[in-house]
Amino acid sequence: MADNAKPISAGDFKPVSAADRGKLDSEKISAPSLTFLQDSWRRLRKNRAAMICLVILIILFILAFGSGFFETHNPNATNPNLANLPPKIPGIDINGFNGTIEQSGTRVNAYVQAHAGNAYYILGTDYLGRDLFSRILYGTRISLEIALIASFFDLAFGVVYGIVSGWMGGRVDTIMQRIIEIMLSIPNLVVMVLLILVLKPGMSAIIYSIAITSWINMARLVRAQTLELKNQEFILAARALGESSWKISFKHLLPNLSSVIIINLMFTIPTAIFFEAFLSYIGIGISAPQASLGTLINDGQKNFQFLPYQMWYPAIVLSVLMIAFNILGDGLRDSFDPKGRE
Amino acid sequence: MVKYLGKRIFYIVLTLFIVSTITFFLMKFMPGTPLTNQAKLTPGQIHQIYKQYGLDKPVWQQYLVYLAGVVHGNFGISFQFSNQAVSYLIGSRMGPSLIIGGQGMVLGVLVGLVVGSLGAVKANTWIDTTATIVSILFVSIPSFVLAVLLQYYLGLKLRWFPIADWGGFMYTVLPTLALAASPLAETARFMRTEMVDVLSSDYIELAKAKGLGKVGIIYHHALRNSLIPIITIIGPLTVNIMTGSMVVENIFSVPGIGEQFVKSVLTNDYPTIMGLTIVYCAMLCVVLLITDILYGLIDPRIRLSGNNN
Repeated sequence: MADNAKPISAGDFKPVSAADRGKLDSEKISAPSLTFLQDSWRRLRKNRAAMICLVILIILFILAFGSGFFETHNPNATNPNLANLPPKIPGIDINGFNGTIEQSGTRVNAYVQAHAGNAYYILGTDYLGRDLFSRILYGTRISLEIALIASFFDLAFGVVYGIVSGWMGGRVDTIMQRIIEIMLSIPNLVVMVLLILVLKPGMSAIIYSIAITSWINMARLVRAQTLELKNQEFILAARALGESSWKISFKHLLPNLSSVIIINLMFTIPTAIFFEAFLSYIGIGISAPQASLGTLINDGQKNFQFLPYQMWYPAIVLSVLMIAFNILGDGLRDSFDPKGRE
Repeated sequence: MVKYLGKRIFYIVLTLFIVSTITFFLMKFMPGTPLTNQAKLTPGQIHQIYKQYGLDKPVWQQYLVYLAGVVHGNFGISFQFSNQAVSYLIGSRMGPSLIIGGQGMVLGVLVGLVVGSLGAVKANTWIDTTATIVSILFVSIPSFVLAVLLQYYLGLKLRWFPIADWGGFMYTVLPTLALAASPLAETARFMRTEMVDVLSSDYIELAKAKGLGKVGIIYHHALRNSLIPIITIIGPLTVNIMTGSMVVENIFSVPGIGEQFVKSVLTNDYPTIMGLTIVYCAMLCVVLLITDILYGLIDPRIRLSGNNN
């Protein structure tokens, strides 16, 4: 090989011009620099399932909180004459959406039977003639409110508890961890049920019981992460520069905890939604006449054999909510963890 | 080891003490008496009934009597079923709950392991996608919805299994299926992550380099090493099963403690609620202790230091 190498002459070289020097700079970073959150967002955007779920959740949020504009009927107004009407959407003639129902083998128009006139209910009515669509929107709103409240306590209490416990260490940490261990050995649902019994069933009792139970996992994860971060150089540097503990936790710890916090938040939310629906389902949650997805499923289940839509629709909405939060949570976990699947 | 065990058992006793104290005083704050028709009773009769339930003494004495009773496994007399001891009520209902809970747990974990490892071995293929979809669905759909659907389609429509009630094995099938969904999904998700980690580790590369067959590698090396961390999720899964059993037993009319708990909550049967709360906590504590010990025994890298992480 070396024998037939072309001899190099001086003419093969030429001086580097100022314009070329810029291009040759090997130290230059060609891609724009991204912060951690921007980078994660870029990776999340590539995850099609998670993005679909994000859109679904945004739509559900808008529908639920703007339900005053979308509701065709008052969710709590009863109308016994128009009870148990099947779904009817004007202009659509598919069985299941045209107001007809199977009665002893033949399809009959339930709206004509009930002399409903021009009234229509796009998801039908329940056993008291209340509009199922408005009630589902109202129930979704309750579920989402619970989700927001649970996230608030997770952030306000769980994160602070975890940081304090991990940062202080020593005896404080031991005592705080013992408290958590005791809380962990009582099933959450039992705590919730006991509190609700004491506080009388209703929205506020559910809020308190979620406040007491929802933060524990967050506190444990944040503490573990804080313990890890606390011994790293940048914290040491901040301490050496004389920063106060408060400032270190807000400026240095919190940003580094953000992925743990966001991921865990996404798993607290479906749990909280499930517990609210569960409590309402067994009859100690949201009380009548207010609607929650749990009470709607419980009501619908009684008539499931004859009027299946009364359970199907709230059950589908609840499941979609849970699935969307879970998939979005999985997506966030993957996007925050560069080691994860690409 | 003995020291560790002693410490853990001490904490369990402490936890149970705190739980029974808190539940006792919570119940004392609540309105309601065991009397159904107070207006029609003479003061003498009321006193008689109060004496039967031990409510005529001052609260601190009631508390001490209650604590002494709890130590002996005596939780008082149920308000709902007059003259029935709560401990008898719980004892007689424990069996069905343990059967469907245990079956649900075993079925869920076993199928979950298979689904999870299939997903990891065939990562990023349609098998993986299906496994992920199944676990997302099962973790998201509430147990009460699943139970009603199972009851309607497998019980009423297809008539494969009895709709409700309690008898032989056939009666346990539907409740078991409904309870198994959540552990199945959780195990599958956990197992997939573990197995993907293990499959990319050096000793698997070495095994491949030695020329071991794929089945041998997966069975002897990957599966065994990913199984160990599964023990840590048994505790949370037990909580899932307990929560699930409350509605599932109700829907299928299984005479278990979950159904009893809901019934007692709805009828304000305080002594039964207190007793069941303590039983639930004790069960969870024991499960957590057993899983921690097992974990230490199986994986010598984990020191039994008493730290929770």
